[in-house]
Formats: sequence, structure tokens, C-alpha cells
Amino acid sequence: MNARIAGDEASGRKERLLRMLLPVLMLAGGLVLWHLVVRVYDLPPYVLPGPRLVFSTLVSDWPVLSASLLVTLATTLEGFLLAAFGGIALAILFNQSRLIEYSLYPYAVILQVTPIVAIAPLLLIYLPQQAAVLACAWIVAFFPVLANTTLGLNSVDRNLADLFRLYRATRLQVLTELKLPGALPHILAGLRIAGGLSLIGAVVAEIAAGSAGAGSGLAYRIVESGYRLNIPRMFAALLLLSVSGIAIFFALSFCSHLLLRRWHESALAREA
Amino acid sequence: MSASPDTSGSPSDHGTPVVTLRGVGKTFASGLDALDGLDLDVRSGEFVSLLGPSGCGKSTALRLIAGLTGPTRGSIEWRERQGGQTPHAIGFVFQEPTLMPWATVAANVRLPLKLKGQAAAAQPRVDAALAGVGLARFANSYPRELSGGMKMRASIARALVTEPRLLLMDEPFAALDEITRFRLNDDLLALWQSLGKTIVFVTHSVFESVYLSQRVVVMTPRPGAVFTELAIDAPYPRDERFRTSAVYAALCRRVSESFARAMAGAS
Repeated sequence: MNARIAGDEASGRKERLLRMLLPVLMLAGGLVLWHLVVRVYDLPPYVLPGPRLVFSTLVSDWPVLSASLLVTLATTLEGFLLAAFGGIALAILFNQSRLIEYSLYPYAVILQVTPIVAIAPLLLIYLPQQAAVLACAWIVAFFPVLANTTLGLNSVDRNLADLFRLYRATRLQVLTELKLPGALPHILAGLRIAGGLSLIGAVVAEIAAGSAGAGSGLAYRIVESGYRLNIPRMFAALLLLSVSGIAIFFALSFCSHLLLRRWHESALAREA
Repeated sequence: MSASPDTSGSPSDHGTPVVTLRGVGKTFASGLDALDGLDLDVRSGEFVSLLGPSGCGKSTALRLIAGLTGPTRGSIEWRERQGGQTPHAIGFVFQEPTLMPWATVAANVRLPLKLKGQAAAAQPRVDAALAGVGLARFANSYPRELSGGMKMRASIARALVTEPRLLLMDEPFAALDEITRFRLNDDLLALWQSLGKTIVFVTHSVFESVYLSQRVVVMTPRPGAVFTELAIDAPYPRDERFRTSAVYAALCRRVSESFARAMAGAS
């Protein structure tokens, strides 16, 4: 019996190690392949820069790129916060009033299904550039928060709802003591999606704004470097965007884990 | 809360109806007749069981008494009317523990007081309720860390924390294993005797109803009504010896026979 538990533990450790190791090995393999392709075919940097050149560009262009990174991250963060508050507030409103839900929900869906790339140019005409970029980030990111929060608020345990009725809880008490805590896992799932999407929204808007304005975000750097055939810098900027997206995802997952670890199934360690 | 103190011990009060149901019927929006012509007196301080098969409307009867739903026909009269409303002093224990998974056991038990705006002075009452069901050590645990029986204890503590006169229990132990159920039956009887509550206990188990109650109300299947009532006049405290006695077996047989007749009459 004990031997089996120890065996399970060992195999669990092996499993975790594999999950960490395999992606790293894939990355290393990909980099080597990339490097070899560039070397063997002797590709010029304006067609395909090698990984070492991309990395050295990242270092040498760091002052420009880091400033742009901060601009894009600031937009992403603002868009995310607006989406979080807007999505949760709207979901609460929908939950409290069927009339408001019926009136507005279809338009929230329309806003979601219309491609943001198509809306962005219009927004740039009617809004100042910074506001337009923010609006894009918000439009893309708020819907998953709204949809998930709505689902969470509507999935209240019926017996618990009866219990609150038995003790004559007020509407506000039902919302704050029952519906919102119960919806927390759903809200957090929505926020995790919204984090990545707000980065996408910010990038789309920056690209749509293009050279039109004083935009200096990472996406703008990519467009600008494209015009100048500065391909290594394009790759470096792209790398930064990817890393930002990954960082946002992990940061939000970690927050979610911290908030749910004591009680929610999703955050519990799986038993062997 | 109520003007009179807990008088269940005094003979003058004991046995007077707390709530009286007359000709109560409930038809759901789907057209389903859950109850029809239900007459029931719940008397102060008694332990009464509603016994019936699944879907006979016994849970609906309990929800009607709790005021969670209104009757389609008939009347529900309270002896102490409080502004024409159902007296607030009701504790309800659901079929499932129905605990908030995001809150500790203590926070779950505190909930009724918090909802009534009495959270400030709640701590001693929460502690007492938890101690009463033997969960004092688990105040800061989360529901998922408890076994099924302990969750049910927490649920009972929550129902008792407002010190209700009337405790309504809807098949609370149906999902538990037999050993746990026996122990909770014993602890419930001990609580009932020490606290002097009135308990309405819904169950589909003949054995459980006989073991616990002073009175077993056998219900007919849908639409639910009272088929017959049997007094279980074995003395308390009842324990393991009662559970294995010939008296208990005989009583169970009598109730089983009524139960079978109630079922046969319906088909």
C-alpha cells in the first residue's frame, strides 16, 4: 500500500517534470532549427533574421522598445480594468432587471461579433486616438466578463436562494452575500480571458491608428519597422507582445488561484 | 422574538397547535397537483414525521409551512401571528447541507444572524450552536473539508442559531450512510430533548420515522394528503436498545403496513 502511494507520488513528480521540460525542449529545438535554416540557406536579415540577431536587436533597441512596451501595457491595463468593471457592472444590472437585460444584451452580442479591426478605423475618426485605442481594448475584452459573470450570477444554488428567502434577505444581501461570491469562479474565468483580449484590442487599435498619429506602442513599432524593412525589430517587438500576453495570463491565473484555493473545486490539488 | 419564552416544558402550552393546515392544496404552474386536501396540526414541542414515498408532496408541505411557497387552496394558520406573516422563528434543514462553499463553517452558521443585522452579537450564539452539534473544533474549516455527516451538522447548527421554536427538516439524512445516520438521529433526539423545539421531520424511511418521532403522519402519493396518523408512544430517551427492541420492530411493522395501504389506495 505504502509502496504504491510512493510510486504514485514519484509518477506524479515525473509527470510535472515532463510538463515543464517538454515545452522547453520544443522551444530549444525550434530555435536551433530556425538558426540552422537561416545559416544553411544564408538568408539575409530582411527576409528572416536568425534568433541571435532578434535577441541582440531586443537588447540594442531596448530603450525604444521598452518605452513602447510600457505604452501598450498601460493601454492594455486600462482597457482590462474598464472591461472588468464594465462587464461586471453590466452583468449585475442585467441580473437585477430583466427589462434592461432584454434591451441591451443583443447589442452587447453585436458589439462582440463585429470584428474589432473593422470598428477601429471608425472609432479613430470619432475619438481622440488614445481614447479610441482604449475603446477598442474595452470592446474586445468586456464581453467575456459580461457573459461569464451573467452565467455565474444565474447559477445560484436554489436551496441557498431559498435559505436567503427564509431569512428575508434583502436584494442587496442576496447580491453581495450569495450571488457575487458564488459567481466568483465564473467572474475570474471571464477576467482571465479578458486579460489576453485587452492586449489584442490594444494592438489592433494601434495598428489601425498606424502612422496616423503620435502612437508609440509596440504594435505601432511593428508597423513602422515593417515600412523600414527592419525585420529583426519586428520580431523583437512581436516577442515582447507574446511574453506580455503570457505574463498577463499567468498573473491572472495566479490571482484566481489565490482567491479560490480554499474552496473551489477548480483550485484544489487533484488527489493521486 | 416571540412574546412568550420557551414554554415547551410547561404542560399548559405543550400540545397546543403551533401551526394548523386545513384543506391545503398546491398545484404547480406545470399543472402538477402536489398536495390536495392536506389537514395537519403541528403541536408545540412535539416531534412529528411526515412519511411518504418520493414525490408525495411532503417536501412541498414543509415549504408551505416555511412560507417559501404559498398554498393554492386551503389555509395555514399560526397560533402566534406576527403581522399576518409567517413567524420568523423557523429553522429549515434542507435535503442537502446547502452550505456556502466559499465561507467557513462559522460564517455559514452566522449567516442567518448576519442577514437579520445581528452579526455584531452573533459570536457567542454561533459558538453555542456549533458546540451543540459537536463541531466547535471545525469552526474555521471550509465545507469541502468536512464529511457528509459533519456538513449536515453544520446545516443543523445554522438552523438552530436563530433559536427558532419550530425546526423543519426535509429528509436531512437521506444521503448519509447508515452508521452516520444513526448517530445523527441520536444527536438530533438529544438536541430536541435539551432544547425543547418543535420538529417537523420529512422522511421516506419507516424506520427513521418510528425511531425519532412521537407521531408519524403517513401521506398518500400524489396528490399528497394525510392517509393516517400513528402515535409512537415509546418513551424517550430512545437509544440503541430501543432500535433493537421488539417494541420498535412491532411499531415499524404497523407503520409499514399503513404505508403499504397508502400506496395501494393510490394505485
